[in-house]
Amino acid sequence: MIGTLLAQMRYRLGTMWRKPRLDLPLLGALLLLMGIGLGTLFSASDLDPDFVLAQGLRFVLGLVLMLMISRIPPSVLRNWTPWLYAASLVLLVIVVMHGEGRGANRWLDLRFVRFQPSELLKLTMPMMIAWYLNGRPLPPGWVTLGIAGALIVLPAALIAKQPDLGTALLVAASGAFGIFLSGLAWWRIGLLLGAFAVAIPIGWPFLHDYQKNRVLTLLDPEADPLGNGWHIIQSKIAVGSGGVWGKGWHHGTQSRLEFLPEHTTDFIFSVFAEEWGLVGVLLLLALYVFIIARCLWIATNARDTYSRLLAGSISMALFVYVMVNGGMITGILPVVGVPLPLVSYGGTSAVSLLAGFGVLMSIHAHRRTLATR
Amino acid sequence: MTMNSLRQRIKRAAHGHKPIGDAHREAALFTRRALAGMAIIVLCLIGLGVRFWILQVRQHAELNARSDANRIVTRPLPPGRGLIYDRNGVLLAENIAAFRLEVTPEQAGDVQATVTRLGEVLPISDDDITRFNAQRKRKRSYEGIPLRLKLSEEEIARFSINRWAFPGVEVVPYLTRSYPLGAEFAHTVGYVGRIDENDLTALDAGEYAGTTHIGKTGIERSYEKRLHGHVGYEKIEVNADHRPLRVLPDRLAPVPGDNLYLSIDAHLQEVTEAAFEGRAGAAVAIDPRSGEVLAMVSVPSFDPNLFVNGISSVDYRGLLEAEHKPLLNRLLRGTYTPGSTMKPFVGLAGLELGLRKPEDTVLSTGEFFIPGQSRAYRDDVRGGFGRVDLVQAIARSVNTYFYSVSLDMGIDRFSDYLGRFGFGQPTGIDLLGEGSGVLPSRQWKRARFNQPWYPGETVIAGIGQGYWVVTPLQLANAVSTLAARGVPHTPHLLRAVQSASDEAPVVLPLAPEQASVIGKPEDWLAVQRGMIEVVRAGTARAMGIGFPYDIAGKTGTAERYSRTDETWTSISASPIERHQVLFECFTPADAPRIAVVVALEAGRSGASDAAPIARKMLDAWLPGDQQRQHIGSLATASGEQP
Repeated sequence: MIGTLLAQMRYRLGTMWRKPRLDLPLLGALLLLMGIGLGTLFSASDLDPDFVLAQGLRFVLGLVLMLMISRIPPSVLRNWTPWLYAASLVLLVIVVMHGEGRGANRWLDLRFVRFQPSELLKLTMPMMIAWYLNGRPLPPGWVTLGIAGALIVLPAALIAKQPDLGTALLVAASGAFGIFLSGLAWWRIGLLLGAFAVAIPIGWPFLHDYQKNRVLTLLDPEADPLGNGWHIIQSKIAVGSGGVWGKGWHHGTQSRLEFLPEHTTDFIFSVFAEEWGLVGVLLLLALYVFIIARCLWIATNARDTYSRLLAGSISMALFVYVMVNGGMITGILPVVGVPLPLVSYGGTSAVSLLAGFGVLMSIHAHRRTLATR
Repeated sequence: MTMNSLRQRIKRAAHGHKPIGDAHREAALFTRRALAGMAIIVLCLIGLGVRFWILQVRQHAELNARSDANRIVTRPLPPGRGLIYDRNGVLLAENIAAFRLEVTPEQAGDVQATVTRLGEVLPISDDDITRFNAQRKRKRSYEGIPLRLKLSEEEIARFSINRWAFPGVEVVPYLTRSYPLGAEFAHTVGYVGRIDENDLTALDAGEYAGTTHIGKTGIERSYEKRLHGHVGYEKIEVNADHRPLRVLPDRLAPVPGDNLYLSIDAHLQEVTEAAFEGRAGAAVAIDPRSGEVLAMVSVPSFDPNLFVNGISSVDYRGLLEAEHKPLLNRLLRGTYTPGSTMKPFVGLAGLELGLRKPEDTVLSTGEFFIPGQSRAYRDDVRGGFGRVDLVQAIARSVNTYFYSVSLDMGIDRFSDYLGRFGFGQPTGIDLLGEGSGVLPSRQWKRARFNQPWYPGETVIAGIGQGYWVVTPLQLANAVSTLAARGVPHTPHLLRAVQSASDEAPVVLPLAPEQASVIGKPEDWLAVQRGMIEVVRAGTARAMGIGFPYDIAGKTGTAERYSRTDETWTSISASPIERHQVLFECFTPADAPRIAVVVALEAGRSGASDAAPIARKMLDAWLPGDQQRQHIGSLATASGEQP
């Protein structure tokens, strides 16, 4: 028993070295992004090596996790999917009932490690949608759509209740992209978007006061220069003062003089924009576009519907991060706690993102051409 | 469709194997969708890029100028916290001038070294340093961060001599909260403390931008919003190093918080506290006509001033380990077995539910049996009291009467009726953290122990024993409701408010009057007569002597037991400490103006230990209360009460 296991491990390790099945262009782009992230962090933390070291360690941890996940065949992932989804739901319910954390109940304390179950759903949600749609005739009809919708709304509502609107948004989006990619008819999409637009004014009274404040502040940031408006005003000043070419690395006065709040986490993009200007921003956006496009290319070459949908929704969710964060720091979207992927300081998001890329790498390794060898 | 093909379809659905044609179609569909998705993404990101272009190219000049103009710093001006008075204008919480030591990191250079060197000049505790470091993370480096609060004159002098050696360190005047009456009001007014991490997540960062303290307990916490006021700001021009150059005329003055006038009478409060003579317990006095709380005492207490500027860990440990738990608010969270104080309510329930008429009698033989059971439920006197009616049963505290009436009632009607007096739920007073106590009921027992209800438990519930738990405030609320002939008033402490724009305090209107929970006035009269007899000739006859009005009261004495597995063991053998003793009363009996509950953790009996405290409270309030209510500016605005 143990002997076969060891033999299997040796074989697997062997194949890993002989034939690196990671997608090298994607890996390269990710490493470049992480490099940019660490460089920006070094400047934003006012040259504090501890910050960079801590973040670097998380990247290493995330990369190891990515390697491990990339060795798991998608078929195994698919068999685990309902259980993983159910488990993350249970953890989420536990947290909502009695989690700990400052003000917002997001954390689950397992004594040896503290983590946010909502972070798990960033992976298990697209997995579940892919798993469900995989077993249904596609393109989906109303019934399929309804059930998939329930699978999305339940955890998203629990996360929003914590309250963590940013993560709820990301989780819901990753599920919705799965449905979109499965070929949901355009007219149905149009109807849904219409219904959603109608629901916004109805849902408004159910938002927390601080969430309402953030939206109102977006409309008129100058009305509240000490509270919520501060973030938006200072971030726009940071971005705008960067100009075309930027002020240069570690020459951003906004962040150096600490006008910019949260300048190592949610607002690190502002620091980058101030120091590297429009040119830097466009290059960074281009890098993200490349990563997303590469991921979608991996998705189209995947072996089965499950892998395709999973890879597709993970890639498109990445776009939501960039868009929501970028929109926030330029003052066109409300202040929602969404990090800039692999650039913002913070462990959970980096690790969960890299785990997602691990899934993509696995799907790449088991792509169509290999399957038909 | 045959069984077989159906089975295959299910299998396909479960494993995701679809006909090859479907799979190809789905792959093609996916590719089209992925392309569409990519197109949308690229379009959105181009939109984002355009937004960056607008900010970084089109608005560059303006935003760049504002970046330079960031030298204009908006400084919050914290509002003055509202004061708290008693009903007669006696000051309970005020703001006094004090001095604190502030360090501005940008000017101080090496902050840690500065703090260490300061420690050689002034005493700086580890607690101070911990708080300082926590705040430092949240503040901008050109903002001053308080290191030591409440400097003494000697400390200021000592620092002033050495000031030249500490650039970026300043003595700054500020207002700090002070409670002149100290421990007497710690459990009602509460205290403020420095804003901590937990508070930060809940509060409005803009409003509290310059505020250092927030209400932590009591009135200070429940009326935090009213007391805090609204922040103002001023704009200061600073140089590149953020040293202030001048204050700009663009200024918004802060709006100070409201002054609160409580319904508490500081004199009555003082007399009550003194009457306890150091014993542990709680007392509440309520005006039954309005629900205004006149006195609320939980002893032992503690000095709230210790908490304002951060209590030292030594002091805190002292309070935690002190005998009788001074930090416990017995009024809201004390747990007492009501015992015989429940008898007037149970007797009333018997009349109201039509199970007894006032003149009905019960034969007390000293022992009571549930038909068909052999367990005896006893009276206090061996051999019993003979035939008693309701008035005598209350006056002499005859258990048998109440055993029999509650057995006839059954637990469901019992808990339903007594629930009307607010037992088993928080009273809704304007303080946070109130306990619910326990109103024995079938549902409660099912939820708590998942066990069925037994008739024997109904019998002992009838004399306020068994599962019963009340807080002193709950019992006082019930007695007050009884005194008001069944008309409930939610107990409350806030009586009047003086906002910055008002010249005189404005008395708050009472909540609309609710219907009485008592159906027939003659039922109430019978219970009231019984309670008058308690003081005139019954268990508490000593306490009424020489008082100008009739007092309606009832004693309660419950054994202090602790439960170990199946058996109950007495906590103390000494007769002086053996019982938890209670006294409830209201007076004048016909038109009550005050309802009082006294609970003592340890004593001989309700009559000998709790009732004398209640008498001292009544003496302090009556008969002068009518005049006293009309002292000062508060009186005329008052909505005249019946």
